[in-house]
Amino acid sequence: MTAPLKDVAPAERARSTSFYEASARTRLELLLDAGSLIEFIGPGQREVSPHLKIFDLPEQFDDGIVVGHGRLDGSPVFVAAQEGRFMGGAFGEVHGAKLTGLLRAAREIGTVPVLVLFDTGGVRLQEANAGELAIAEIMRAVMEARSAGVKVIGLIGGRSGCYGGGGLIAGCCSALAVSEPGRIAVSGPEVIETNRGVEEFDSRDRALVWRTMGGKHRRLLGAADVFADDNVQDFREAALELLGLVGPFGLDRLKAEQDRLAGRLRSFGACGDAIDIWTAEGIADAQAVPELPADQFIALANRIGRTSRDAR
Amino acid sequence: MLDEIIASLFPDGHEVRRDKGVILGSATLRSGVRMLVLGVADRTALGVDEAIRLSGHVLDSIGRDSGPILVLVDSDSQRMSKRDELLGLNEFLAHLAKVLIHADTNGRPTIGLLYGHSAAGALLATGLATRVLVGLPGAEPAVMDLPSMAKVTKLSMEALQEKAKSTPVFAPGLSNLAQMGAVHMIWSNAASLADQLEALLVDLPAARDQRDALGKERGGRLKAAEIAERVRDLALQVR
Amino acid sequence: MEDLSFRHPVRARAGGARRSAIVGVVASGNLEVLVERVLPDAECAVEIKTAAVGFGEVWSAVIGDFVERYSPGGLKFSINDGGARPDTVSLRLAQAVRLIAENGQ
Repeated sequence: MTAPLKDVAPAERARSTSFYEASARTRLELLLDAGSLIEFIGPGQREVSPHLKIFDLPEQFDDGIVVGHGRLDGSPVFVAAQEGRFMGGAFGEVHGAKLTGLLRAAREIGTVPVLVLFDTGGVRLQEANAGELAIAEIMRAVMEARSAGVKVIGLIGGRSGCYGGGGLIAGCCSALAVSEPGRIAVSGPEVIETNRGVEEFDSRDRALVWRTMGGKHRRLLGAADVFADDNVQDFREAALELLGLVGPFGLDRLKAEQDRLAGRLRSFGACGDAIDIWTAEGIADAQAVPELPADQFIALANRIGRTSRDAR
Repeated sequence: MLDEIIASLFPDGHEVRRDKGVILGSATLRSGVRMLVLGVADRTALGVDEAIRLSGHVLDSIGRDSGPILVLVDSDSQRMSKRDELLGLNEFLAHLAKVLIHADTNGRPTIGLLYGHSAAGALLATGLATRVLVGLPGAEPAVMDLPSMAKVTKLSMEALQEKAKSTPVFAPGLSNLAQMGAVHMIWSNAASLADQLEALLVDLPAARDQRDALGKERGGRLKAAEIAERVRDLALQVR
Repeated sequence: MEDLSFRHPVRARAGGARRSAIVGVVASGNLEVLVERVLPDAECAVEIKTAAVGFGEVWSAVIGDFVERYSPGGLKFSINDGGARPDTVSLRLAQAVRLIAENGQ
């Protein structure tokens, strides 16, 4: 017997809802305490991109991002969620400015953390200059907020992944949670193939894409500290866990990150494939990693123990 | 060209070296202050190997020196390769930007000097991570090049060039980025770069990011500043 | 892009208390519907911006059916359409009416 959806307890609904498949609004609804989201400049304000009409393209009333305030286990949080299906979740002028404004407020307050639900291909081509600059402003705003004591947590598991400048913003966050389909990279597979040829990167080889850019590899490298199964409840729990782990930001973090990344180049710089890196990490059956179910993978990643905690 | 630029910037001497596309060193300003110098030369792609040297150069200087920091930029895009992405290029580029932003907001003002090409992730990690980004005439930043854009938008180059006449929002070029508020000023090649650098250092804008206001003032980005301000106000009220 | 606008007299006011609701996303073959309770009880309006030019008659038929079936009095629907098929449009309109009929803001 199936109960009507609204009668199902929120946690159960969040557990049974794929983060990858859900819209930005559904993710927020199920991630936050029920009914706690207050959106800033919502769709009713019709603050659409002023640039898409130049290209005769349809607009979206929220320009592909929801920003607002909500509660997580009773505590206040600021949230931003990109809609990866609208223009690939790409950053345009209005889209980016909403996140910048949110981060600036968080910096002034100093104590309310920010959750960013990334789902982006990077810069929106049709407003490339505005989008690029928006990303630069967001990176600066993230770092200024962190310097003021704000925890900025990135959650990555959407259909557009976290590419281009989105990957750089993710690199600026205090901590990341990622699911298997949550790819993090700068250049996308098609971009590498177009520029360097199919010998360099075959974008149609999905297994290659997942093991080079996907969540499991990012978790094993320590770029993401928590691996989430692909459902909204797991991301909610990941966000809570990370909020408990993150410490204050300072110069020592950047020095530790320099050592962490330089060490990664020393250890794995000559590896030609993710399988080689995982093997070098001491994983006996590296070939089997992509097939591991979430619980077994989490146990493996915890045993390997790579982390960017206190070093990002 | 880089040698001439460095000579014109630092007539009193410098120790700036170029190695595999990476610029590292320092120079003496006429005021006697040491300026840390780093950057990307020869239209080199910015990959993990380059980025880690640049961030290390800045971190080594923190605590040892006290002067401003100059970031020279003539780069390609980020290095597009399997190896760079495998190793987490996004973290390396973000790290470089973070180190520059941290230095700037902690007493080491950063100035970017865009003297050649740059694009995409490379520009975000270098010039766009500085407090003041200066362009030299002839610099040709391109967030996205028009041929790639033509391919994705399925518009002809002619159609794109026609659209670019009415808006600075998508097409490559220094003047477009200046109108957006990304490039603060364009220096003259005719005057001494040392004079222009020192004039800037004497009258440096505050560390606060005001690029959205600049873009509005210059008519290139009319919405960003207002939207950010409105969200900020709403977020401050919600408590 | 093409702009279309429809106004219909309606038998009854739409149920519920919410002031507005939004469903869908703008993507290829998809659309978003923003519904707002801003009109007199006996009126309904639908404003459409669509990427698919030349389908005014199809829209007219889909919306006529929708108004007849749901009697969405007092509601204004604003649609951004990425070229959705008529059945998708009907589905989103129905979802929008259901959502605004829920209790809440």
